[in-house]
Amino acid sequence: MHVIRDDGSLDPKLDPGLSIDQVVALYKAMARTRVIDDRLERIQRQGRIAFHVGSLGEEAAIIGAAAALRDRDWIVPCYREVGALLWRGYPLQQYIDHMYGNAGDPLRGRQMPDHTVSREHRYLSVSAPIGTQIPHAVGIAMAAKKRGLDECAAVFFGDGATSSNDFHAAMNFAGVYEVPVLFLCRNNGYAISLPAERQTATRTMAEKAAAYGVPAARIDGNDVLAVWRAVREGVQRAADGDGPTFIELMTYRLGGHSTSDDPRVYRSQEETESWQKADPLLRLRKHIEQRDVWNDELDVDWRAVCDAEVKECVRRAEEKPAPALADVFTDVYAEQPWHLREQQAQCVDGPRASDEEDES
Amino acid sequence: MTEMNLVQAINSGLRDALQQDDNVLVMGEDIGQLGGVFRVTQGLQEEFGADRVLDTPLSETGILGTAIGMALHGLRPVSEIQFADFIYPGFDQLVNEAAKYRHRSGGEFHVPMVVRTPYGGGIRGGQYHSQSPEALFIHTPGLKVVCPSNPYDAKGLLIEAIRDEDPVVFFEPKRVYRAVKMDVPDAPYTVPLGEAKVVRPGEQVTCVAWGAMLYEAFTAAEEVAKQGVDVEVIDLRTLWPLDVEAVVASVEKTGRVVIVHEAPRTCGFGSELVALIAERAFLHLEAPPIRVTGWDTPFPLTHEHEYLPLAHRIAPALLETARY
Repeated sequence: MHVIRDDGSLDPKLDPGLSIDQVVALYKAMARTRVIDDRLERIQRQGRIAFHVGSLGEEAAIIGAAAALRDRDWIVPCYREVGALLWRGYPLQQYIDHMYGNAGDPLRGRQMPDHTVSREHRYLSVSAPIGTQIPHAVGIAMAAKKRGLDECAAVFFGDGATSSNDFHAAMNFAGVYEVPVLFLCRNNGYAISLPAERQTATRTMAEKAAAYGVPAARIDGNDVLAVWRAVREGVQRAADGDGPTFIELMTYRLGGHSTSDDPRVYRSQEETESWQKADPLLRLRKHIEQRDVWNDELDVDWRAVCDAEVKECVRRAEEKPAPALADVFTDVYAEQPWHLREQQAQCVDGPRASDEEDES
Repeated sequence: MTEMNLVQAINSGLRDALQQDDNVLVMGEDIGQLGGVFRVTQGLQEEFGADRVLDTPLSETGILGTAIGMALHGLRPVSEIQFADFIYPGFDQLVNEAAKYRHRSGGEFHVPMVVRTPYGGGIRGGQYHSQSPEALFIHTPGLKVVCPSNPYDAKGLLIEAIRDEDPVVFFEPKRVYRAVKMDVPDAPYTVPLGEAKVVRPGEQVTCVAWGAMLYEAFTAAEEVAKQGVDVEVIDLRTLWPLDVEAVVASVEKTGRVVIVHEAPRTCGFGSELVALIAERAFLHLEAPPIRVTGWDTPFPLTHEHEYLPLAHRIAPALLETARY
């Protein structure tokens, strides 16, 4: 399904009717995410942060979905969806502090970079084992339904996650309990190195949903308005009490799996180049340029604004000390038990691996 | 007060929790209409409805994974895993998700859930209806592990575990589900987590046990008393966080300790107890600590009574350490 046609015009039968300001906001958020990714990749290459997992080429699938959700809906992320969190207004400085694991990191340096979370933005915690977040989304939806709340949970996962134990359990529970959950499968072609066609013998990921009695759609995940439309339809189904929806968002990971990956080992340059033509930013930009609300100059300016913002956040992040060492020992339990009190004292007062300054 | 066995006391605790807090719900395989394979949840679905007492599809991953989601939303799910032996498909959800959620989210989210599961041997259950995997969960930062031995403690600890803000794995000694009866208050009450109980005071040897093996430890203690050995028996009740002070205080008094558990010996909880005792009461020790445990094999069917650390193996260990 395409809403934005190849020539940049909208298919009038499918146009979800967003205002031009809303459409430009989508483009700006997508471009901002790309600038942030680019800058983070550079500083990772310089050894200034440990790791980054970006969303190059998948911005429409992520931001289009986030935009179609209501503020009260829960986002249960995989690990590539920080664009959705930023869309909801998460402060960029906090994200960059998290990337550095410094004293400003709300997670106190406990997790690898790109494992963001925010209760305020109803954005759940990122976990690295694949697929484990999918049943959480179903549980959240079960809770919302039990409490009679008009909320749904939207869970992101990749093509690889459809092989996980948790995926099947979650789909099955969602079907059985008919709960308001959106399964958003970002099919970006690869689970690290394994191509999607070798992940499964089914032709599509979407057809798996039929086995669980869950309605499914398969759409162009690089067409942000198609994503918006499909996700909003899913939200509406959930709000109407019609239960779960599975949406396969067909996209392509233009970059590596993460900064630790080298995709040249498992896929051809030609393949990647052909997908660059399907870049979701290009498709949307063609449309807004056609509407005379965007042009090269605005584009260059916007990216420069975004890059300056990131650079300033990076500068500040690098000035901040490490979080207090004692923070390793808190939040394990609601109240710290005796053994952690003891171990905290042993660690904090004991010999240190490094003499780097921390917050304490 | 009503005379209850362990099954009835846990049922009573669940009923009280469901009555007191709308956020509590009970879920698991066969727990609704059937009332659970051990009938622990009997009558609850009828009383509270199918949206608070959920018969779930057959997937431990699904049960624990969705329970986490519900807890993240603010509910207090109490899941039943039909046998502790079946918990492993959901192991990742417990150890990597429930246990770590508070820490990894910087305290923004937490998972107040209870996982009830019958454990232990002696019911002719063979390899897959007899296991005691408590050490795996004690080893996991972020989880609390409880194992009551009697109906009174079971109800009080369960209500406390449901009110607790952290995930709790609640092991139920199925061997004594119907074997032990005592007066239990009908009204809700709590037994605090993290407090052990001296069930038989003594001066010469400390015997630490929990769950079904507590009765074996007690029997062995009575037996050796006839031979002049005075044993103090401690019921841990909460395995983690451990009431280390109670254990150490007893060992400081007796200087001798025997630890009893059904799980395999190597890296069983007894190993940690011995280490803690060695660290904290070394100069009080008069004899090497002894662990009387299951063997380091899968749980056998035919010879289960030779596998289990029953009184016939505990009593000689008590005598040995007393006479060392």
